[in-house]
Amino acid sequence: MATEMVPHTALTLVDQLPAFQILASFLAAPLIVVLGSRRLAWPIAFIASAMSLIVALMLLSQVMDGTVISYRMGGWAPPLGIEYRVDAANAFVLVLVSAISTLILPYARTSFGKEIPLRHHTAFYAAYLLCFSGLLGVTITGDAFNVFVFLEVSSLSTYVLIAMGAERDKRALTAAYDYLIMGTIGATFFVIGIGFLYMATGTLNMADIADRIVEQGGNRTIRAGFAFIVVGIGLKVAMYPLHRWLPNAYTYAPSAVTAFVAATSTKVAVYVLLRFIFSVFQPNFLFEFNTLEYIILPFALIAMFAASFVAIFQSDFKMMLAFSSIAQIGYILLGIAFLTETGVTAAVVHLFNHGITKAALFMAVGAYVFSANGSYYDTIQGLGRRMPLTSAAVVLAGFSLIGVPGTAGFVSKWVLVQAALEKGWWPVALLIVASSLLAVIYVWRVIEVLYLRATPQGCQVREAPASMLVPMWIAVLACIYFGLNTDLTIGAAETAARGLMSGSAGMR
Amino acid sequence: MLETLPTAFLYLLAAPLLALLPRGALRAALLLVVPVLAALQVWSLPLGNLVQVEFFGLTLDLMRVDKLSRIFALIFCIAAFLGNLYAWHVKDVVQQAAALLYAGAAIGAVFAGDLVTLFFYWEGTAISSVFLIWARRTEGAFHTGMRYLIVQIGSGVILLAGVIVMYAETGSIAFERMELGSLATWLIFIAFGMKCAFPLLHNWLQDAYPAATVTGTVILSAFTTKLAVYSLARGFAGTEILIYIGAIMTLFPIFYAVIENDLRRVLAYSLNNQLGFMVVGIGIGTELALNGTAAHAFAHILYKALLFMSVGAVLFRTGTAKGSELGGLYKTMPLTMIFCVIGAASISAFPLFSGFVTKSLILSAAAKEHYYIIWGILLFASAGVFHHSGIKIPYFAFFAHDSGKRPKEAPWNMLLAMGLASFLCIAVGVYPAPLYALLPFEVDYDSYTTTHVITQLQLLFFSALAFTVLMRTGIYPPELKSVNLDTDWTYRRLLPRLIGWIAGPVGAMFWGLDNAKGAWLQGLIVRLYHAYGPQGRTSQFWPTGAMVLWIAVLLGVALMVSYVS
Repeated sequence: MATEMVPHTALTLVDQLPAFQILASFLAAPLIVVLGSRRLAWPIAFIASAMSLIVALMLLSQVMDGTVISYRMGGWAPPLGIEYRVDAANAFVLVLVSAISTLILPYARTSFGKEIPLRHHTAFYAAYLLCFSGLLGVTITGDAFNVFVFLEVSSLSTYVLIAMGAERDKRALTAAYDYLIMGTIGATFFVIGIGFLYMATGTLNMADIADRIVEQGGNRTIRAGFAFIVVGIGLKVAMYPLHRWLPNAYTYAPSAVTAFVAATSTKVAVYVLLRFIFSVFQPNFLFEFNTLEYIILPFALIAMFAASFVAIFQSDFKMMLAFSSIAQIGYILLGIAFLTETGVTAAVVHLFNHGITKAALFMAVGAYVFSANGSYYDTIQGLGRRMPLTSAAVVLAGFSLIGVPGTAGFVSKWVLVQAALEKGWWPVALLIVASSLLAVIYVWRVIEVLYLRATPQGCQVREAPASMLVPMWIAVLACIYFGLNTDLTIGAAETAARGLMSGSAGMR
Repeated sequence: MLETLPTAFLYLLAAPLLALLPRGALRAALLLVVPVLAALQVWSLPLGNLVQVEFFGLTLDLMRVDKLSRIFALIFCIAAFLGNLYAWHVKDVVQQAAALLYAGAAIGAVFAGDLVTLFFYWEGTAISSVFLIWARRTEGAFHTGMRYLIVQIGSGVILLAGVIVMYAETGSIAFERMELGSLATWLIFIAFGMKCAFPLLHNWLQDAYPAATVTGTVILSAFTTKLAVYSLARGFAGTEILIYIGAIMTLFPIFYAVIENDLRRVLAYSLNNQLGFMVVGIGIGTELALNGTAAHAFAHILYKALLFMSVGAVLFRTGTAKGSELGGLYKTMPLTMIFCVIGAASISAFPLFSGFVTKSLILSAAAKEHYYIIWGILLFASAGVFHHSGIKIPYFAFFAHDSGKRPKEAPWNMLLAMGLASFLCIAVGVYPAPLYALLPFEVDYDSYTTTHVITQLQLLFFSALAFTVLMRTGIYPPELKSVNLDTDWTYRRLLPRLIGWIAGPVGAMFWGLDNAKGAWLQGLIVRLYHAYGPQGRTSQFWPTGAMVLWIAVLLGVALMVSYVS
């Protein structure tokens, strides 16, 4: 147990940071509803999100050297009490989630003005904060059941957020409904899996489960639990072929919601998958090894190609990006399926890099929706000159999506290819490169539509307002910055991968 | 200061400056100053690995200066200067910036001491050059540009794959001589081959070059393929398969060039054929042969640019480059005509012109290594070159039947650029010693021996004479081919028959392969569209039940896998 690491009398503010990470937004959400003021809703949300970001950064700086922070919620000692546990892997995800949220909120303020009826604004920010804190909670907690609770908090609020897109397009309602059905099934599977684990081990603390599993070896209950958890979380991750909820949900949700959810929610689910595969279960269990090699690996490869092909033939920019997300998740899952340190490093780096890339791209889509009232290629054609800044952002972030050297996307693909070669899997490495070619095609189609098609006659479209451009460009510049300076991302990811790969030992 | 700055950066840094300068003389002047500065820098650089940077734990050599890379960098600077001078009148900043970036990337690639740097610049040439095609801003040019870009980027991706495999295998990314045999070297070889327009990988060249702008084609013709030649010379010198690839390359474009009507496309085919000579030289791989390749690349860039410039000037003034629509232009464009003839003489390897002193190096190397069949093919190809580039181009454009067109003479900047190129062509031909001094190996070779000169003159002079006589007497042959047929020299009489004899089957074979390739690709795309397009099963809306079914299936499979293990 971790009891000897953190003394019970942890009372300085710094020691309370893990709790603060969640509470800032978790308390701000009801506060917004209680105050009921439309004017105060946004500032409160923004301050809560910014504070979370600061806390996440402080936590990351504490754990970058490989230490693990264990925090007891309410002073109850684990394994009975709920434990919050911060190491490099989840601190990294915490930073990603809170940074994206802080970036998107100023953007959301403008974009919602046009997309969501005014009377829903207060409730909207409350739902947004709940989703945000749910994602943070899933990431930070060290308690398996607590993961499920926070997963539901974030999922339920995500359904609401997606349904808000109905103002612009009624299909948002069916998309949210589908996601609700699928998400609930996924969550149910997950909780069933945890039930099995509880049955087998009698504990819910993840580190504790891990220890007991090692003692027991893989009996049938544990194996069943593993299968349920992988499939349940796989759905949240949008693992092919469980991805079908994602394209519609992303496409019909309000722009800012898409940008936020796309950049964070699947990434958090990936983190949970990582945590369960490597820390709770042991990669050296044969059943886990086989599941990864015979199920996750092939489906990851299929996703890389099938989803990319679909993306190529799309005629809606937003839908195209949604399918590209499924393909990119394929890369992440591929990195996990390698079951090597480099592979996990690649997965974690790509999780981050793809997060900022997609945030930038979806924000750009939102700018088109804002200015040109749509994201169909027919609607945005020839806007390269009318919306130069947004379109330039699309080009640069698109390069990162492809993995052009000098951008963030290149770094993670490079590490991924290295991981494949390390295992001696040449064909897989070639497939990674080949599927990047498909990304070239679908990104190129957008560039062609924007720059090389004629602007329609009498086009009155203007550049999006600065409040949307600035966050978008911060994300774009981050894509480039992290493409050139890889110390932070690769360093953190390597520490995270080492921690994860050392199994339950990494949990203390 | 200049020594520590990689030459390529001069170009890459100047490109953004263009946008800041006012359109007009100042901007055009910058386009000329940069190549001059770069050439001076290259000239004064000491040999060695001058600039190294760390990147992801790899050491990148940005400036490997040796004699092989230096001569290519120098000729690239000269080509950039000539091309930009030729394009002085162009006001389009996209083209100007693309030209600079393109030249910079090509020079950067030539100086790359490792494969990763090479890859960066390799893609750089692809991306920057396509804008020279798109700058025409027509629907057709756009699609051509796309096809061009796909091939070029594809080549880069294959190169990257090769580099990665190589790095994993050997732990080295050094760009040195390689042996074909492993997956890595084959990938790199194919990547080079795509850019070098190997047979069946060549279509992009004839497709794209004639589609670029008047000035863009001149710039395009200089860099991409010669960069590939350089890379092959660096990486695969002495690889025997290159001899045969090169021999086929010298042959097959001839048949296309003969029947082609668009003069710029004729030049594109003859460019492909000239590359064949260089590839043969690389394949032979002796010092003499490599010298020949480097020298031929040097001379070739000059005369090919000159020919593209003269045809471009015609296109610029008349709006067409179709042989059938031109003719009689010598009356109003005499200077352009003279420059074109000089280019034609150079490419046909007339003594005292540049092609003569460089091509004979390769021919001699082939003979010296006892590749007599190859030597014969090269000789035959030389005659073919004379046919389609030496006679056809100037003849159809400036003489032939009078088209009635009376365009103005080309603008002064084009004339100046062509004049400079002509001067260099002749200078190299008359006094090759300075060029020989630049070559990668010691040259102990005299191209002006009696046998050389006489062989070459025999090959060329009779046809030239016949041509002149026909011109003087005013008997314009309705078809160019008859000029050759009338020559009562056995070798020449044999040639048309040979062409007819080989052209049928060879042409049919290439057409067949090309068509099969095209049909296969088309079929593939249609099938992909059916599966993945908006109506395809993968992207259609799935009912909730279907999704749930998938979950159940996946769970079942996962359970099975877990239980069985």
